[in-house]
Formats: sequence, C-alpha cells, structure tokens
Amino acid sequence: MADASRKVEINCKVNGEARTLQVYPMARLLDVLREELRLTGTKEGCGEGECGACSVLIDNVLVNSCLVPVLQAEGAEIKTIEGIASGEQLHAVQEAFIACGGAQCGICTPGMVIAAVNLLERTPNPSEADIRTGLAGNLCRCTGYMKIFEAVVRACQKQNSEARIQNPE
Amino acid sequence: MRAYLPEYELKPAASLTEALTLLSDEPGVWKPFAGGTDLMVLFEAGKLLHKKFVNIWNLPELRGIEVTPEFVTLGALTTYTDVQANEVLQQEFPMLCQAASETGGLAIQNRGTLGGNIANASPAGDSPPALLVYDAELELVSTQGSRFVPYNGFHTGYKQMRMREDELIKSIHLPRVSKPLLHYYRKVGTRKAQAISKICFAAVTQVDASEIKEIRIALGSVAPTVIRCSRTEDVLRNRKVNAETISAARLELAREISPIDDIRSTARYRLRVAQNVLEDFLTSLN
Repeated sequence: MADASRKVEINCKVNGEARTLQVYPMARLLDVLREELRLTGTKEGCGEGECGACSVLIDNVLVNSCLVPVLQAEGAEIKTIEGIASGEQLHAVQEAFIACGGAQCGICTPGMVIAAVNLLERTPNPSEADIRTGLAGNLCRCTGYMKIFEAVVRACQKQNSEARIQNPE
Repeated sequence: MRAYLPEYELKPAASLTEALTLLSDEPGVWKPFAGGTDLMVLFEAGKLLHKKFVNIWNLPELRGIEVTPEFVTLGALTTYTDVQANEVLQQEFPMLCQAASETGGLAIQNRGTLGGNIANASPAGDSPPALLVYDAELELVSTQGSRFVPYNGFHTGYKQMRMREDELIKSIHLPRVSKPLLHYYRKVGTRKAQAISKICFAAVTQVDASEIKEIRIALGSVAPTVIRCSRTEDVLRNRKVNAETISAARLELAREISPIDDIRSTARYRLRVAQNVLEDFLTSLN
C-alpha cells in the first residue's frame, strides 16, 4: 500500500502541559492520547461517536476524541480525565461519583465525569432535564444511570454550597 | 478491518482561498473535511474510500450566523450547538433548532456542521428536511467565484449532488418570513439521543379560516435523498382538514415516497409511520 501521508508536527496543550507530537494527521485524537501520551484514562467504547467513553474537552468544548483527527487539535488546549483532579484533590464530580456509587465497571466513568464537569461549568444549576441532555451522549451499561444522576446533583449541591461559603451574601 | 493510517492525508489550509485552490488544482483528488462526525466513523471502520482531504474546520470564512432583514445566513461550519443557541433561529426557524437538538448527543452537536450534514448527503440527515421546508438556498464557492442554488433539488440521487468537485458549500441562506407559520417537526428513532432516524418529517403551514393555504412538507429516510413532497402538498393546498383530506394525503404520500428495508427499519414500517406522522400533523392543525 502506498503511503500518501507523512507524520506532521502538532503542537497543543494537554492538561495544561505543552506537548509536541509527531503524528499522522488523520490519527484519532483518542489513539494519540492513549498510545503516544500514555493517557489511558480516556477509553474507547464504540469508536463511532455513539457511547461517549472517549469524551475529552478541546478548548472547553465536549468532543468524542474517537472522531477528531489529531490535525484538528493543533494549537488547542485539551483536557482529559487525568486533568480533572487537582493533584490529590478530586473534583467534586469525582467525589460524588464515589459517594453515590456512580462508577461500576469504570469504562464509561471517565467520559461521564468529563461530560458532567463540562455540564456544571456551562450550567451551574442544572435541572434534571439539563442533566439528562448533558449526559445523553454517554452510555453506561452497569448503573442504570440513576446513581450517575444522583452524583451529578450531589456535586452540583456541593459546588454551590462551597461557592456560598466563599462568597457570602 | 481498521483503516491503514499512513494511506490517509489530511492537509491543513490556512485560508478558504488556499483550500479552494487545492480543490481546483486537482479536481476530485481532494475533498473537504469539516467536523469529522461522519467521516471518522467510516475511517475507523475501514470504509472511508476517499483518502485525501483538506481540513476546513478552522476556516473563519465558513463560520458564523449573519442576520439581515431578508435572510439568516449560516456559515457551512455552523454546528448544531451554534444553531440551538441562536435566538433568531429559535424564533423563526424552530424546526432547525429542534433537529439540531435531536442530532446525536452534545459531543456530536459540538462538532457536526450543517454544511457537512448537507454534503454528506445522507437521506437520513435530521436537519435537511427542515432546510427543505424553509426554502433554503446554498452558496457554493470555488476559485471561479460563488453561485446560489436552491436546496430543493440539490440532491439528485443517493449521495449525488449538484456540486462540482472543485466547489464546497460556503453558507446556507434561509429566507425570513414575516407571516406567522405553524411548524411541525418529528423525528422517529430508536431512542431519543444519538439515534439515526427511521423517518424524519418536517412541515410548515399557514391555515386561514381552517383552510390550508400555504404548505411545505419534507421527509428524510424514505427515499434515496431527503425529499420535498410537493404532490402531497398539492393535495392539501386550499383544503379543509377533515377525514377525507387526511386519507387523500396519506394516499398521495405513499405514492411520493419510496422507503426501503435497511438496518434501522423496514419499508413497511417507514411507510406506515410516515403516513401516521402526516396524519398527526394534519390533526394538530384543527
């Protein structure tokens, strides 16, 4: 088979760190994250944009990394599940997933957490409908979703009560 | 089998002019690549036959929603998320917003584009039926200049379009209408999010003294292309909605569409449901 393309240099930030990659331009961002950068927290489920297991944030926009050719990540800031906690301090969403039993087998969890964090950044007080819409692109085959919804509600309450403590009226 | 990665080229373009020059220098060799939500699915499945693409995702010339007194003009790279957030579209073209909200999930809506949805030319797209009944026009651009074509008739057969190999879709123009119209949109899929439609139905109408005056109907997933059902519209125009009208319209619709059996549904189911949705729409007018 004739090789049409050559590897190109891609510069981007991943979880705050500047990275330079030598990659084929059509390589899936998912594969580059997992195989080149060894960030294996991002999972592959369906590989066709149906399940959300590979969700990451590009410039704070939720995407399926299995559908993004790495060329389109040039100059972008990418955030993966590895960048959600601050050091040892878990994000409120991660803590709530643990407390509510929102994670079971774990394959959907990184994508769910990314989608939930993104939802709470866009909509600090989501309605139940907002939560369902925000997570509609993420499939879970274990929990039946209720514990995941509960976790998002809990994280939201915690974030908002902390915001009140920091900014008393 | 997975795609062999080194066979595929995705070339950056610094400007629209650069992308168009590439398309016209080697016609048919390069194809535009936007949000990737269709192409990457084929790629991963080893079914993406075309191998050379030019990346247009980053081109500002193809983005943005512009509103003038006569038109709303959507850059071809307008995403489903952009569509839902626009107030003029919410007010005047609500079915486009509804279609956008029912396309994939949020991550798909953030990357999928209207131009890509049109150029992918799937008969199962969710926004094309809405664009058809809103009388959309497309602006096609090449190094030769640009031209406008009506969206109705743009798709000539399965994955066939009235667009040259050196052209790409620059924008979608929606004529603004001042008179109040009723809008009815219904997508029937396996589940609410993510599903690709079994059938998709869009209609606008103006009813005066319980008589249908203006009517436009379009369907997806019932023919080799999305289709305007002009013969069914003719049956309904200047008629009152009653049992006789409904049954005449159901009959004409059955003649006008040509659904098939495929992985998502059967021809029988699609025909019956298309007729039922048409009836539901007509009943909702009374």
